Amino acid sequence: MIYRVSVLVAVTLFALIFIRLTGGYTERLALRALAEYYVSRAPLELGVSNIVTGILIAYRGFDTLGEVAVLFMVAASVGLLLRKDDAGFKEAEERRRRPASEIVMTGSQVLLPVILTFGAYVIVNGHLSAGGGFQGGAIVASGVMLLLLADPGARLNAAALSVIESLAGITYVAIGILGLILAGGFLDPRFLPPGEAGTFLSAGAIPLVSALLGIKVGAELSVIINRFGR
Amino acid sequence: MLQLLLLVVCAGILVSGLLAVCLNNLMAAMVSSGLAGLFASVSFLLLAAPDVAMAEAAIGSGLTTFIFIYAVRHAGRGEHEP
Repeated sequence: MIYRVSVLVAVTLFALIFIRLTGGYTERLALRALAEYYVSRAPLELGVSNIVTGILIAYRGFDTLGEVAVLFMVAASVGLLLRKDDAGFKEAEERRRRPASEIVMTGSQVLLPVILTFGAYVIVNGHLSAGGGFQGGAIVASGVMLLLLADPGARLNAAALSVIESLAGITYVAIGILGLILAGGFLDPRFLPPGEAGTFLSAGAIPLVSALLGIKVGAELSVIINRFGR
Repeated sequence: MLQLLLLVVCAGILVSGLLAVCLNNLMAAMVSSGLAGLFASVSFLLLAAPDVAMAEAAIGSGLTTFIFIYAVRHAGRGEHEP
């Protein structure tokens, strides 16, 4: 009874909040001042074609660094909380598992390279088209997820992944400091030449940061998935 | 046309969300909640936010469902008790 009443109260509260939100909604026909600034200045200042990536990596670069740091802490705490005393438990687990069927194995082997290539494409083209480091890293991690789902016995080399991830993080901060010394501020990507907008080698250090971000996010999410997959 | 499509997609989010709560089979409920994430990512795409749509499709409907599946596997496949 109490359970049902509390559920009802919670749902009513949410409904009230959403009614208030949607009631006062009118569609904006012009951009807000801040958005206007970004849309007009980002292509000129940074040379990015995809303004969202420009905002994420240049104007809000420090926020992105914090986001990745949060993800790192999540990965570390998942590793700490889900630590298993290995040997005996693992053996029992291995015996309990059935090997996946031929169709699933072959399908995952066909799909995995395609997914990973698409992830890499999204990562390195972040400054040109939709996507970027974070999205591409998540796609790479979903490829790893497919691998672990199709073959429950597969194990990732978590130690190598954490080394790669730490190196990417250190390089990210080093690029930020380079921006502080050579350009306008911490994580300012303009210390490399902006190049011609729309070409692959353009937008200063944004593709570099995007690639590092993709490696870092992909490695972190893969480590988390690997932990859960045990 | 776009608005109609958006309405259909939003109805999809609602229905799959409701199914995720109401279904008794935990596996079906998890797939349904993943479906809600997928519909949400389609709606982001229709609202011209492909970057967010990509992240939502990969994380919201992919990785979250995976983690739920493993949580259920570890906790035992119990039926939901009201």
